Amino acid sequence: MKKKERLSRDLTLGHRIWQYRESYLLMAPYMLLFFLLTVIPVVAAICLSFTDFNMLSWPDFVGFENYLRMFLDDKTFLIVLKNTLIFAFLTGPVSYILSFLFAWLINELGDRMRPFMTLLFYMPVLGGNVYFVWGLLLSGDSYGIINSLLMQVGILNEPQEWLVNQNTVLPVLIVVQLWLSLGTGFLAFVAGFQNTDKSQFEAGAIDGISNRWQELFYITIPGMSQQLLFSAVMQIGASFGVSAVITNLAGFPTTQYAADTIVTYIMDVGTTRFEMGYASTIAVFLFALMMFSNNLIQGVIRRFGTED
Amino acid sequence: MTAGDGKGEKSVNKPKKLRASKRILFRQHLNRSTWGNIGVFLFLGIFGVFFAFPIVYSVCTAFKPMNEILIFPPRIFVRNPSLENFIELGQVATDFWVPLSRYIFNSAVISVVATLGHLLLAGMAAYPLAKHPFPGSKFLNQVMVMSLLFTSSVTYIPQYIVMAKMGLIDTPWALILPALQSSLGVYLMRSFILTIPNAMLEAARIDGASEFRIYFQVIFPNVKPAAMTLIIFAFQGIWNNGGGSLIYSEELKVLPAILSSVTAGGIARAGVASAASLILMLPPIILFCFAQRNVIETMSTSGLK
Repeated sequence: MKKKERLSRDLTLGHRIWQYRESYLLMAPYMLLFFLLTVIPVVAAICLSFTDFNMLSWPDFVGFENYLRMFLDDKTFLIVLKNTLIFAFLTGPVSYILSFLFAWLINELGDRMRPFMTLLFYMPVLGGNVYFVWGLLLSGDSYGIINSLLMQVGILNEPQEWLVNQNTVLPVLIVVQLWLSLGTGFLAFVAGFQNTDKSQFEAGAIDGISNRWQELFYITIPGMSQQLLFSAVMQIGASFGVSAVITNLAGFPTTQYAADTIVTYIMDVGTTRFEMGYASTIAVFLFALMMFSNNLIQGVIRRFGTED
Repeated sequence: MTAGDGKGEKSVNKPKKLRASKRILFRQHLNRSTWGNIGVFLFLGIFGVFFAFPIVYSVCTAFKPMNEILIFPPRIFVRNPSLENFIELGQVATDFWVPLSRYIFNSAVISVVATLGHLLLAGMAAYPLAKHPFPGSKFLNQVMVMSLLFTSSVTYIPQYIVMAKMGLIDTPWALILPALQSSLGVYLMRSFILTIPNAMLEAARIDGASEFRIYFQVIFPNVKPAAMTLIIFAFQGIWNNGGGSLIYSEELKVLPAILSSVTAGGIARAGVASAASLILMLPPIILFCFAQRNVIETMSTSGLK
């Protein structure tokens, strides 16, 4: 009897799949690539994280050895973990808030200024590699504009090696990363503000809202919770993934790993030392860290959103 | 100014010219104090300078002749603009054995193929994800949202392993394929398609159209803003991707790769590097200028539920 029941359910499932065969066909080309280049790599990383693998010979199963090494024996990992958390906790929330703030203020502007300012703030991301110019601005000799300015004003006596000095490289890169961080989330906010129903403001004014702050907190933010969630996801991806800026400005790896993050360390372990097993272990740790942050932040925003 | 005056700018069809001339600097809102407006302007101005300065400096340096680059103390603006650096960029490229035109050709072909391919594949995948309750649709949608987290730099090494095993390293496909499967495009397209009324699809179905036909003839013509947005995001990503360790043959390298080789030359190459970065920067910026309205329209549907 039970067997028959299951059979009929299977049949209906199969039937439903057949009924939607065109949907699957439409998705097939994309999904094939997506599974090949996103899903399989993530799954493979999880499997390889328990092995010793150098790309040439078959991976050797080593159990939790890589994980133990990562947490107990690898001092460099602890340094890059610390750097990653500093990057994420500083650039993540700050650029999230800046994105929101800029989008809000841009929304106050007139029809001609608005697209211009949006372009201006988005330009560093749009320009892609233009951040290389920070290498010129921060150049370690007195030809660097920043050194030269600070020396003329008298704050510095001799040129600073901003991107080599272990004490300055991390803060400097954080500023550059903030400059580069008004990305997709920022655009989502700009769009969210422009989309808010104008009649709500009118109603609000009648109900006693008297300035732009009250408008923001009582009308706009509650209406934008979806954009807030989307931007948070994009922001987490961006702030844990900081890598190209670091390697292109401060070197690969940076002096004493002073500004390396988990991502650049994975590249170091993987592409220069070819310890792919261990690189996968660190990658899996990073995946877990990002998913954890995401769940935490989505939870906080959702709670914040439903209170209003 | 009466209460109704500044409202409904978009819904009411006032003559455009009148509106624009009145509101160049600020929109007319209720509840706005003059001092507040001045504060907004100052705040945006100060940050605007911070955001614009490096780019302005880069553009100026691109046109500086050698003696202005090596001048001390360094100057921000250019006095006698020249095209010296662009000419030298061409020569530097030839020193790497491959003419500059080859890098430009590689970049252009890869970017166009990847961008259009991404638009085609992502759009086709987004339609069923948005509109069809097929078995597994909930799960796939969740996977797509989750994968927004896994940016290309985060999955770089595992992806490198898979592509190396497939023999894709050092071929143009190592740059193209990862760009084709970016999940942000599918996500944005899906959110936009959700806003298309089902009645339109039903009408086409009653006429006997296949789902493929519905996508290409009913959906696609109605998602132009999202399509423009996908084009911009995809193009910007791939155009700026230097390839890293994915490409090592000089004749397959792309423009950003030449920028990093030139930048390694230090202050003497500052002008050439700026020239290269200017060439790199222009296409995405021009594209964005034309399509900003579309991008904003698409992003307004991007919310996470």
